[in-house]
Amino acid sequence: MEIFGIPLQAMLGQLLLGLVNGSFYAMLSLGLAVIFGLLNVINFAHGALYMMGAFLAWMGMEYFGINYWCMLIAAPLIVAVFGIVIERTMLRWLYKLDHLYGLLLTFGITLMLEGIFRSVYGVSGQPYSVPEALSGATNLGFMILPNYRAWVVVASLAVCFATWFVIEKTKLGAYLRAGTENPKLVEAFGVNVPLMVTLTYGFGVALAAFAGVLAAPVIQVSPLMGSNLIITVFAVVVIGGMGSILGSILTGLGLGVIEGLTRVFYPELSATVVFIIMAIVLMIRPAGLFGKEK
Amino acid sequence: MIKKIAYGIALILLLVAPQIAYPVFLMKVLCFALFACAFNLLIGFTGLLSFGHAAFFGAAGYATGYALRDAGWSFEAGMVAGVAVSAAIGLVMGLLAIRRQGIYFTMITLALAQMLYFVFLQAKFTGGEDGLQGVPRGKFFGADLSSDLTMYYVVLAICIVGFALIVRTIHSPFGQVLKAIKENEPRAVSLGYDVDRYKLLAFVLSAAIAGLAGATKTVVIGFETLTDAHWAMSGLVVLMTLVGGLGTMVGPMVGAVLIIALEDKLGDIGAWMADVSHIEWFRTLGDSVTLVTGFIFIVCVLLFRKGIVGELAALFGSKRSVGTH
Repeated sequence: MEIFGIPLQAMLGQLLLGLVNGSFYAMLSLGLAVIFGLLNVINFAHGALYMMGAFLAWMGMEYFGINYWCMLIAAPLIVAVFGIVIERTMLRWLYKLDHLYGLLLTFGITLMLEGIFRSVYGVSGQPYSVPEALSGATNLGFMILPNYRAWVVVASLAVCFATWFVIEKTKLGAYLRAGTENPKLVEAFGVNVPLMVTLTYGFGVALAAFAGVLAAPVIQVSPLMGSNLIITVFAVVVIGGMGSILGSILTGLGLGVIEGLTRVFYPELSATVVFIIMAIVLMIRPAGLFGKEK
Repeated sequence: MIKKIAYGIALILLLVAPQIAYPVFLMKVLCFALFACAFNLLIGFTGLLSFGHAAFFGAAGYATGYALRDAGWSFEAGMVAGVAVSAAIGLVMGLLAIRRQGIYFTMITLALAQMLYFVFLQAKFTGGEDGLQGVPRGKFFGADLSSDLTMYYVVLAICIVGFALIVRTIHSPFGQVLKAIKENEPRAVSLGYDVDRYKLLAFVLSAAIAGLAGATKTVVIGFETLTDAHWAMSGLVVLMTLVGGLGTMVGPMVGAVLIIALEDKLGDIGAWMADVSHIEWFRTLGDSVTLVTGFIFIVCVLLFRKGIVGELAALFGSKRSVGTH
């Protein structure tokens, strides 16, 4: 069976790969949006912390023989602690200044993290094998579905929707949303806002690390894997607007799929298609698809 | 008066500098100094943080390199081509980016520059990963530029012209409007200024001068690679300006000199630190430039937000070198 002269099998394969990439975009842009909402900081280090998550998974396996499943929990926690230290010792001092200083600081952190991993491991990728339980593929009749890729999509969707649920439907989320609107008032009601800010940053970067561990078996673990991704995620954030949680998730997934389809029909454009869409969205709807015009 | 004397001394130093230091290194420093000043026109005097200036620097380098090597144009025409290309890209990028404000502006410039990077990576004329090699220097109004000394004085002249243009712009009525936009944009709007047009013009001007720097650098070193168009280059020019002092006239130049010299000497510094501290790891410092630049970034943002020139100006209680006069 063929569609527009492309075998269905190849197309579905790319579509799935697009969904996998899309779930990474979704998780990273979600983390960026949550952090930006409360801290007013665009966390450039998000890509580097995603890389760190992947590296922690690889290091756990390589040096201590800790399996994938343990690292899937442990790596985000370690990165969250790391993030909390960054927030408490550095980011905290910049909240009252222009937003651009937060970006510049996290950019510096990105360079340092990349530099450290590069000086130790070089630029070449480290292979990380798929955990045994998820190796192999399932034959669905119309396509062969690699189990691990299906797991990545399911796991990230589950995490994204859990995040959405917590922020939109629970009391904790209500505090968070109130803190985004008016932190002074929330503090006056007796909520420990600085603590909430710290934990939010920790949670946001933990999401990035979780995505990193999920990504480790799909792409090779390398010090540069984060920085290229984060710029695409910035474009995703501009397209979606950071106003809505569901918007971030949908935009991320959608763009991943579009990128996957582009790889089938016009491969030369696959690296730039997200940026082209960003340019078009800026022309038609500058505030972004889900953003609110101020 | 003091300022004029200082500029005069600086000029004399620059004129005799090639007798002391290696001319190609000096030319590289000059190009980056001009690049940083062009960037500072946006961040320091208009309040726009562009994270995509490598696009202009790289695009002009490729355009000039292509014009000189493959199209066989003269030096003068090649330079004009480089500046024109970067100004055109600046116009398109500016039109898109000024539709959003603040941090979004920064992300958009970064994303668009990354898109251009991928275009350069895939296009045939850039030579992809190998870069555009063997760009001839040619002649400048009959003077043979293959001599490093002649080239140096031409580069010096170009950079002085570029710098003078920036100074003139900042002190013009146009520059005053830009400053008003930086200080209080809603107020500038309420005074009847078409803020977007001013921002766009500043963006294009900054892109063109950054392009001038990129084109000159390509001719000086004779090749152009993807490094110049990479986001790390955009970050580097931010760092130079930040270290020197955002919104100061000479800060970006000081920053450029320091950062380029640091990149150049990092290996030696590392070896010296290893000798002093007996920590062998320092010997690898020359290979981890990003580690050091990242560290300087963090220190500057946390402790020296005014930059070297800004802190000095504050120390001597003079506001004169900070922007206004």
